[in-house]
Amino acid sequence: MPIRGIAYLLVRDGTPRVPYQRETNMAGKTLYDKLWDDHVVHTEDDGSCLIYIDRQLLHEVTSPQAFDGMRISGRKPWRVARNLAVADHNVPTSGRAQGIADPVSRLQVQTLENNCAEFGITEFDMADIRQGIVHVVGPEQGATLPGMTVVCGDSHTSTHGASAALAFGIGTSEVEHALATQTLVQKKAKNMLIKVNGKTGPGVTAKDIVLAIIGQIGTAGGTGYTIEFGGDAIRELSMEGRMTVCNMAIEAGARAGLIACDEKTIEFYRDRPYSPKGEDWNMAVRYWEKLHSDADAKFDKVIEFDAAAIKPQVSWGTSPEMVLPVDASIPDPTQEADPVKKQSIERALQYMGLQAGQKITDIKLDKVFIGSCTNSRIEDLRAAAAAIKGRKKAASVKQVLVVPGSGLIKQQAEAEGLDKIFIAADFEWREPGCSMCLAMNADRLEPGEHCASTSNRNFEGRQGYGGRTHLVSPAMAAAAAIAGHFVNVAEEA
Amino acid sequence: MQAFTTLTALVAPLDRANVDTDAIIPKQFLKSIRRAGFGPYLFDEWRYLDRGEPEMDCSNRPLNKDFVLNQPQYQSAQILLTRENFGCGSSREHAPWALEDYGFRAIIAPSFADIFFNNCFKNGILPIVLPAETVDRLFKELVDGYQLTIDLQAQTIATPSGETIGFSVDENRRYRLLNGLDDIALTLQHADKIKAYEAERAKRAPWLFREA
Repeated sequence: MPIRGIAYLLVRDGTPRVPYQRETNMAGKTLYDKLWDDHVVHTEDDGSCLIYIDRQLLHEVTSPQAFDGMRISGRKPWRVARNLAVADHNVPTSGRAQGIADPVSRLQVQTLENNCAEFGITEFDMADIRQGIVHVVGPEQGATLPGMTVVCGDSHTSTHGASAALAFGIGTSEVEHALATQTLVQKKAKNMLIKVNGKTGPGVTAKDIVLAIIGQIGTAGGTGYTIEFGGDAIRELSMEGRMTVCNMAIEAGARAGLIACDEKTIEFYRDRPYSPKGEDWNMAVRYWEKLHSDADAKFDKVIEFDAAAIKPQVSWGTSPEMVLPVDASIPDPTQEADPVKKQSIERALQYMGLQAGQKITDIKLDKVFIGSCTNSRIEDLRAAAAAIKGRKKAASVKQVLVVPGSGLIKQQAEAEGLDKIFIAADFEWREPGCSMCLAMNADRLEPGEHCASTSNRNFEGRQGYGGRTHLVSPAMAAAAAIAGHFVNVAEEA
Repeated sequence: MQAFTTLTALVAPLDRANVDTDAIIPKQFLKSIRRAGFGPYLFDEWRYLDRGEPEMDCSNRPLNKDFVLNQPQYQSAQILLTRENFGCGSSREHAPWALEDYGFRAIIAPSFADIFFNNCFKNGILPIVLPAETVDRLFKELVDGYQLTIDLQAQTIATPSGETIGFSVDENRRYRLLNGLDDIALTLQHADKIKAYEAERAKRAPWLFREA
């Protein structure tokens, strides 16, 4: 198609229009439909599409082999400025002046630096105040914006969907593909709407909402779908809270989660370093304001939740769907009819060292981790600090790590005096990174240790060999650190 | 990438649901900056009794004799039979790299996690989705020396009893896998379309194109 022909489609009344769009029916579009249609470069006969990628985020773990591939084939990045890199998985969260002690980790972080220098990609290194967890840094810098397609070699890229961006995790082959072509070959997913109606009760946070959803629909409930989260309780959330919800869409099996753009979204992006400026800003806002599902949009599946019925959540098993309200008891596998599920429960109880019927509030904790791309933003740190109420961690709790999501969040928290609250409670105040979410650096659990963690995965060994993870909100994690066991934060609130 | 056409091979049964990519290849091995050599650490925490570390020599590590891949009858298996939602969790492509390096070329399950499923096709591994009842039946049928023949061109699986089970793979993916094609080279055949897209997009979203 000649460029002039395309331009004609676009400008008429100044409204962005979608070329290449094949559908002619007049039914409304979902937010996902709009984002998808806006990025289709080419459609194959079998329905798979070449999708344009607006932003790629890179980190040290899933990129080295992609850069190797670029070198071997002699390819250059298609649009180098669309890539932004930051080391997060392997970086130490203490003693940074000494560098990285583990030589294998050090080589991986150094390799990212070398690759970025060689290919001309902007990287925030460990000494940069902007360094942090890739999914915290992207929105914080305005490097991921509403209406963008965003990819990263990390499944929690779904986080950026909170800004009405189509964002999803990819493997290393696709990292290389996006670097070399600024596109990916994708097949469109189905549309799911999860509506959380009404108002949440005291002590119930974004984390509890998303854990309750996963507990209900299961870790494969969203497989093959893009999930849009809507309803009053989602609209009520801050941008930080919305990021927590979309972050865990992948834990429900959906590669991408989405939340419609509204005033909160637009305000969040005002004056961010990479945000559009001047007339560009006004034009972007006019476009962003359309980033919501039409009233008559058709979803393949709609699931509704009553926000008032959601209680503070604690995971008890080795899959994020193994989660219950804090006032519940550990399930009994003999009550499960499905043999595959029964076996999963038995295996999980054995790994976790828990008994059927045991109260969740009776689980004793050895360590507490407050951080990760799920819950390391300023609002999360404020919630954790507020739950301390001048008390100290329980003597039985060996270690409480508080790991901010970025250098800028750390700075903000210190300006608010949150670091002093944590330190006074005998919590450890650390440097930004992924830390004990996946224990690639020195922060980890020892075999058999129970950890209240604000992260996203409770898989076997995730936080350290033999470690036992309980996924919770920041307020629950801090309260558990004080008590030494889980407590019902809804009653405390 | 290695092409996949037909495969007749031994089947190993991994009777677990929701096998996550952390279990397939634990995080400490992701520190490698290479693409090869992950096979010895496949399912590391289930396969060995000690704690695995990168670059460890696995030949003398204590084996978990109960784990299926350590049982003598499944040595040299190239087809993995497993349960629903295989490959969930982390996007790490190290998971298919480890499976491929170990020797697996096909995985049969009632369902796969999306990212893992996609990653398999980039690495010459064929993930096959079959109805849960069929997978259940294959688990029950499986005896020592049980082999299947997979034909990607015909999209069929032949069982030892002579039964033929059909499956389907997206045309585009099937073509690329059958021919072992490099995705990037194929995409770059559309370079003019990518440039045309950028030109029109720059008109409606100029703020995305202000880069130096």
